[in-house]
Parts: sequence; structure tokens; C-alpha cells
Amino acid sequence: MMDVGRHPRIKLLAYSEVEEVSGYVGNFKVKVRKKARYVDEEECTACGDCVEVCPVIRPDEYQMGLSSRRAIYIPFPQGVPSSYIINIEECLGVQPIACGKCAEKCDKGCIDFDMKDQIVELEVGTIIVAVGMEVYDPTPLDEYGYTRFENVITTLEFERLIDSGGPLEGHFARPTDGKMLKRIGFIQCVGSRAERRGNPYCSNICCMNTVKDSLLLRDHYPEIDITVFYLDMRAFGKGFEDLYKRSKDAGVRYVRGLPGEVKEDPQTRNLLVTVENTTACRLEEHELDMLVLSVGLEPREDSKTIQQLLSLSRTTDGFFLESHPKLKPVDTSTRGVFLAGCAEGPKDIKESVTQASAAAARAQIILNQDKIPIEAITPIIDYDLCNFCGRCARVCPYGAIVDVDPKRKVPPRVIEAACAGCGTCSAECPVGAITQRHFGDEQIFAQLEAMLGERPEEKIVVFACHWCSYAGGDMAGVSRLQYPPSARVIRTMCSGRTGERFILRAFTLGAPIVLVSGCHFADCHYINANRWTQRRVERLWDRLERASIRPERLQLEWISAAEGQKFARTMRELEEMRKKVTPEEIEYTKQVLAEKV
Amino acid sequence: MPEDEVRIGVFVCECGLNIAGSVDCEAVRDYAERLPGVALAVRNRYTCSDPGQEEIKKAIVEHHLNRVVVASCTPRLHEPTFRKCISDVGLNPYLLEMANIREQCSWVHLHDREAATAKAKDIVKIAVARARLLEPQVEMEVPVTKAALVIGGGVAGIQAALDLADAGHQVYLVEKEPSIGGKMAQLNKTFPTMDCSI
Ligand SMILES: Cc1cc2nc3c(=O)[nH]c(=O)nc-3n(C[C@H](O)[C@H](O)[C@H](O)COP(=O)(O)OP(=O)(O)OC[C@H]3O[C@@H](n4cnc5c(N)ncnc54)[C@H](O)[C@@H]3O)c2cc1C
Ligand code: SF4
Ligand code: SF4
Ligand code: SF4
Ligand code: SF4
Repeated sequence: MMDVGRHPRIKLLAYSEVEEVSGYVGNFKVKVRKKARYVDEEECTACGDCVEVCPVIRPDEYQMGLSSRRAIYIPFPQGVPSSYIINIEECLGVQPIACGKCAEKCDKGCIDFDMKDQIVELEVGTIIVAVGMEVYDPTPLDEYGYTRFENVITTLEFERLIDSGGPLEGHFARPTDGKMLKRIGFIQCVGSRAERRGNPYCSNICCMNTVKDSLLLRDHYPEIDITVFYLDMRAFGKGFEDLYKRSKDAGVRYVRGLPGEVKEDPQTRNLLVTVENTTACRLEEHELDMLVLSVGLEPREDSKTIQQLLSLSRTTDGFFLESHPKLKPVDTSTRGVFLAGCAEGPKDIKESVTQASAAAARAQIILNQDKIPIEAITPIIDYDLCNFCGRCARVCPYGAIVDVDPKRKVPPRVIEAACAGCGTCSAECPVGAITQRHFGDEQIFAQLEAMLGERPEEKIVVFACHWCSYAGGDMAGVSRLQYPPSARVIRTMCSGRTGERFILRAFTLGAPIVLVSGCHFADCHYINANRWTQRRVERLWDRLERASIRPERLQLEWISAAEGQKFARTMRELEEMRKKVTPEEIEYTKQVLAEKV
Repeated sequence: MPEDEVRIGVFVCECGLNIAGSVDCEAVRDYAERLPGVALAVRNRYTCSDPGQEEIKKAIVEHHLNRVVVASCTPRLHEPTFRKCISDVGLNPYLLEMANIREQCSWVHLHDREAATAKAKDIVKIAVARARLLEPQVEMEVPVTKAALVIGGGVAGIQAALDLADAGHQVYLVEKEPSIGGKMAQLNKTFPTMDCSI
């Protein structure tokens, strides 16, 4: 931690948040809000004189609320940057009549109540997302009594209680009476591996954390009786089995089975735990002085913000999605953005550090080049057809089309470096004056013709975007989910590319069902290009309806890269729909559209 | 041979049994060979392996291929591999088309070999139709800003920032909280070393 503060090439922006990201690989522009600390970070020597005079007392978050701090405080003694901060909402006030005691006390004059948030603008070539996780809050698991019984704590609270820098200065004791205890229990998998409440996945670190806690207790307090209630003990890492064995050899009791209920004896405040010991096949009751809930890890609640800023995807668990689970474990769907640590999934420190080094190495592949190639999928404008309407410029999510002016008849111009290649402009041009390189109209028409040349009535035409729905289709395959063989997929970079022309051509060629699929709104890899997809499909529904063609034959579905299940289910549902489309209907559609198109 | 004649090479991958297990790859190859524009159709055990790639390169040179269709896994996996492969022998990388007959065919129709084979043929036919119209493209290059942003100053962010900075790059480390350290800073001792966390 200290190394970061000292490193000449690291600029630390603490108490700061990323507010805006634009640009593309090699050329990101980032706006960061550096929030006011009200204490000059550079000047503060962390002497702590100010704290003594502050009258406001609040629970200390670092100590999990087990002790208190003032309104002016340092998060923890080794904090970096090594500077105090004022929680301005708790502070009594700036005016000397209200308080202002800390400012009076600080000889160096570091305290500045007029400090304002700063907006820092950065230009970077790559971005690493290492926003970590949250720890599960066991409040909803009422049967364990976390909110009702003071002697039931979480493993994170345990960390603070046993730490020499913690609220008890390392003199471990139980919360209700401050006395040394004789019997302690741990319940594993709290909030993890649960279908109903909590999370379905294994949190990876809690088994070994409990093994660690049991050994720490053994070393310092050999007289305490330790019992662990578990489902499976997962000690899969290097050296882990050895620690687990040491713990068992040291007399820690491992009971297979998770308690059904915890009660408290109101006199002694002891805890009565009922558990079905599934190894011994009997119901047991354990009386304990203290109970520790081995809580799991969760994605951060604010993950959505970062997800949207960087156009990332998340798995159904809520953790950030990697490009490929085996081969590109730290890349993301946005080129130049990488993942490290628990942001990608629950893991321990060693794995977090390993992944961070991997992400740094991947980022350097970009940083070590002077120039990097951009895919040749930008639009080409046919100036003979263009009528200067300006629609292309209006729909471009990146503002990559400029100059166009309908009044003065100035044609549009494409800034290639800013174009991300979504193809929305091509799809929206009313006169077909734009086409996308490598995803040209003629190429897509050729695909449709090949697909629907023979027995079109048996096929479902699927337009899928590269990042989400096509990837969702791949995920269905990776998961070996089975669905009917009627779907034929045309991949474009973005669903925004799927122009009316393509959809109408599919129907004209006899397609019974057409699906347009793309990323969920928040996941669109081209900011909001899929909003245009939606409007376009809605427009077409109206048009089909007016032509007495069942609009249900055109389907719109948002499928993420993680939603293999949804992809397979959609294919099954579409197949059912396909069977209901009559040959007469298809024939009628062909005729009506042939007249109109 | 006229300059603008389309000469497509189709490479049907068995992917061990991953594709060949539910798709009759020889039937697909045979079908592909007779599609318009196809000059050559070959079946490989693993097209992405070095021998598989060598075979593509050799065929491009010997048969004067000017488009390549690889019928194998998803383009999301190996499109870069094959783009590089064909450009090694001078073909523009955009003259490659992939037909996904694994993730979106053999793996999702494991129990109906006939239907899976028919679908694979169709997928190859669609890919060949597109390949006929592929054009060489020239990629633009953009400069790289030699700095990195790391969001989050837990142990992962700290390590990434230090690695990048030690390698000589400018790093901005943005941390939401007043101090870096993340969850690890709250831990007393850590497994497996049982030492102190900070
Ligand atoms: C009770 C408990 C005990 C554990 N014991 C051990 C152990 O003994 N051994 C072991 O190896 N592992 C242990 N772990 C796991 C360990 O804590 C994690 O592996 C590690 O903390 C992961 O580091 P990280 O950097 O990915 O995430 P975090 O530690 O969560 O750090 C993420 C950082 O990013 C910041 N951040 C979040 N969002 C933003 C944003 N939008 N902008 C800017 N900054 C942001 C956060 O404030 C935080 O500082 C334990 C975990 C728990 C809960
Ligand atoms: S603000 Fe002043 S008194 Fe308070 S810790 Fe910093 S230097 Fe010391
Ligand atoms: S001004 Fe605010 S922070 Fe300073 S001593 Fe008073 S209450 Fe505490
Ligand atoms: S949308 Fe088409 S017609 Fe309108 S300005 Fe753009 S290119 Fe020209
Ligand atoms: S392809 Fe997309 S990003 Fe590029 S100019 Fe057109 S609308 Fe804009």
C-alpha cells in the first residue's frame, strides 16, 4: 500500500469516482470527481491532534461499527493517502459558533471548509477494473439471529475483534459481557450456495477463512472449544489441505450439517444451536458462547455504474463477465478494458493478485505499441444517393458523423477514429446511401438469399449482435443446451445494424419468423444504439399490422452473453411459433411486400 | 485464370469429436465442394492447430485461393487466429469467413445427427454466399496514449497499478473510499501464509 503512495509514476486519486468515459482503445478520455476531503491531503501529517477536539462521535465503519470515530478521522492508521478527512454530513459546522474546533487545533492549517469537489480529466490508453466485491449481509437469514443476538457476529466482525489494531486491541472477548469465552461455533456457507436466500454460487474464500480463524484462536486461546458447521469443506488451493489438516489435528471439531435454528438463552446470552449432523445421522444441540457466520462475497451494488460507463457485461451472478472463461479470463468485451480481482468473481488474495498481474500484462500489450489497428468496419457513404437529411449523424452514438446540413446541402463526413462500427447509421439512412464495411448490405442480402433459397418455411432468421446475443448463442452451445435446429443466425456487430431492408427482405424471401436480438439496454456495446433497434422494430410492427401481416412474426429479444439459457429457450419458443405460420400466410406476405418494397 | 475469379477454400473442422460427434463432416465437405465459387473443400481434425493452419496456407498458395471459409467454432474464439493465418501468406485478413458449426450447431443438436448435418451444410452455404462478396479492407491505425487507469484500490488494483508503473507506464489509480486497501485492509491475518494483511 505504501508503495503506491510513493511511486513516482502512480497518481493516486482517493475519495474519487469515475463519472464519464468516452473514446476507445488506446484513446480513452475519463472524467474523475475528486471529492472534497476538507483536509489538505498533501499537508496533513496525520498527527491526529484534530481528533481530540471533535465532539461528534460516530460508529467506525472500518471496525464494523464495533468502536467509534469522530467526524474528522483517518479510515485506519495505515491508510494511504495518510491524511485525515472530515465527513461533512456529520460535522457540526464551519462557523466558529457552531464548532470549527479542529481547524483551530491544526497548527499547520490543513483544514479547509471551503474545499470543493474537483473534476480531474485524464487521458489513458487502457483501463483496469478492480472494484472488488461486497460482503454478504446476513440480516435476511433470521434463523441465525444475527440481528437479534449480540453474540452472533460475521467473519468480518471477527477479523476486527481479534485484530490487535481492532476495537478490543486484540483482547478477544464476547460482545455482551466482554468476557473470555469457552465455546465458539462457525456456520459456513452463509449467503452462499443457497437457492432461496443469498447467492447460488460458492464464495470461494469462506472455508479457508474459517480454517484460518480456527488456527488463530488455537494459537492464542488454546482453551477455547471450536466447532465448525459445514456443508463441504473446500480446501482446494496450494497448501490449503495442509492448513485444514492442522486445524483438525489441533482439535477443531468439524460437524457436517448446517444449523436449522439458533436460539439464545436470555439469562446467560449463550446460543443454542440445533443441527442435523449428517455424518452421524443424528440431531444435535450445541450450547455456545459465541457464533460466527462465515459470510460470502457478493458483487458490489454500484457495479451497474461502472458497467454502463465502460459498456461491460455481467454474469447472472452480477460479477463482471470476462471475454472467455478459459482463454481470455481478464479481457472484457470492450477492447482495452481488463478485469482484476473480485470484480470478476469471488476469489482470495493470491488469485486476485495473480489476475491483477495478468491484467497489467495484457494492458501493456497495448501500452507498448505506438499505434494499434482499428477494425475496418466503418461506414462508407455514397454521395450520389445521399440527400443530406442528417439522420445518420443524429443516430450515431459516438458523434462520429459530422458536417451534414440539410438546409445548406452539406454532405455528412465520417470521423473514422471515432466510429466504433455499430452500423446504426447504415441501418437508419432512409435512402440506403450508407453501407458498413465488411457488413455490407449486399453481403447480408446474399446471406439471406442463401439461407432462404431452399425450404424457407422451415427456418427462423435470427439477427444477433456480436457482443451479447450471438455470444449468448455460443454460451448455449458451451453449456450443451439443446434446441430445435431451425435457427439460422446472421451476426452483425450491433443490433443497430439490422435495417428494415434486411427484415423485409427476409419476409419477402419466405421467412416464417424473424428474430432481432441484441444486448439488454444497459449492456449495449455502442452506448445506446440498440434503442434505435427497438424503435425500428416497433415501426415495422406497425407497418406489418397495417399490411395485415401478423406482427408477432417479427420478434425482438434482448439476450446477454451470459444468457445461454435464454437463447435456447427463445429458440424453442420461436420454433413453436414457426409451426403455426401457414403456407398461405407466407405466400400472402411475399406478395404484399413484393408490391411495396 | 481471370483476375477477379472467386476461388474459395472451405475448411471443415471436426474439432476431434466436438463437431464430428454429431455432424457428418465428410458430408458437409462434399456439399461445400459443389457450392458456387468453391475451388477446394478440405476436412481437418483440428483446423486451429499448427498443422491445420499450415494446410490452409499451403492450399491458398497451391490452389490460388482468394477467399477462405473455416467451418468450425465461433468466430468469437478463432477469427483472429485464422485472420492472421491467411494474412501470413498474403491474403487480406478480411477475406476470411467463419461458419459456426460447433457452438451453434453440433453442441446444441447432440442427439440428431441428420438434422445437425443438414444445418451445418446450410450454415456453410450461407458463409460461402457471404464469402463470395467479401472485399479486402485496410485497417486504420490509431495512436496509443501511454497511460493506464486503474479503478479500485483493493489488493487487485494496487497490484495492477504497481506492475504497470514498475514497467514504466504512467498510472492513475482511482479509489472511491478515502483510503486504498479494500477489504484486505480489514483482515487481521490471512491464509494461507497466516501473516498480517497490510
Ligand atoms: C471475512 C473475509 C476474510 C478473508 N480472508 C482472506 C484470507 O485470509 N486470505 C485471502 O487470500 N483472502 C481472504 N479474503 C478475500 C480477500 O479479501 C479478497 O480476495 C480481496 O480483498 C480482493 O481484492 P480486490 O482488490 O479484488 O477487492 P476489494 O478488496 O473489494 O477492493 C476493491 C476496492 O475498489 C474500490 N472501489 C469499488 N468500486 C469503486 C469505484 N466505482 N471506483 C473506485 N473505486 C472503487 C473499493 O473501495 C475497494 O477499495 C477474505 C475476505 C473476507 C470477506
Ligand atoms: S489536520 Fe492538522 S492536526 Fe489534524 S492530523 Fe492533519 S496535521 Fe494533524
Ligand atoms: S468542525 Fe466538524 S469535524 Fe471539526 S471538530 Fe467540529 S464537528 Fe468535528
Ligand atoms: S442518413 Fe443517408 S441520406 Fe441522410 S445524410 Fe446520412 S447518408 Fe445522407
Ligand atoms: S457505424 Fe455506428 S459509430 Fe460508426 S458512424 Fe455509423 S453510427 Fe456512428
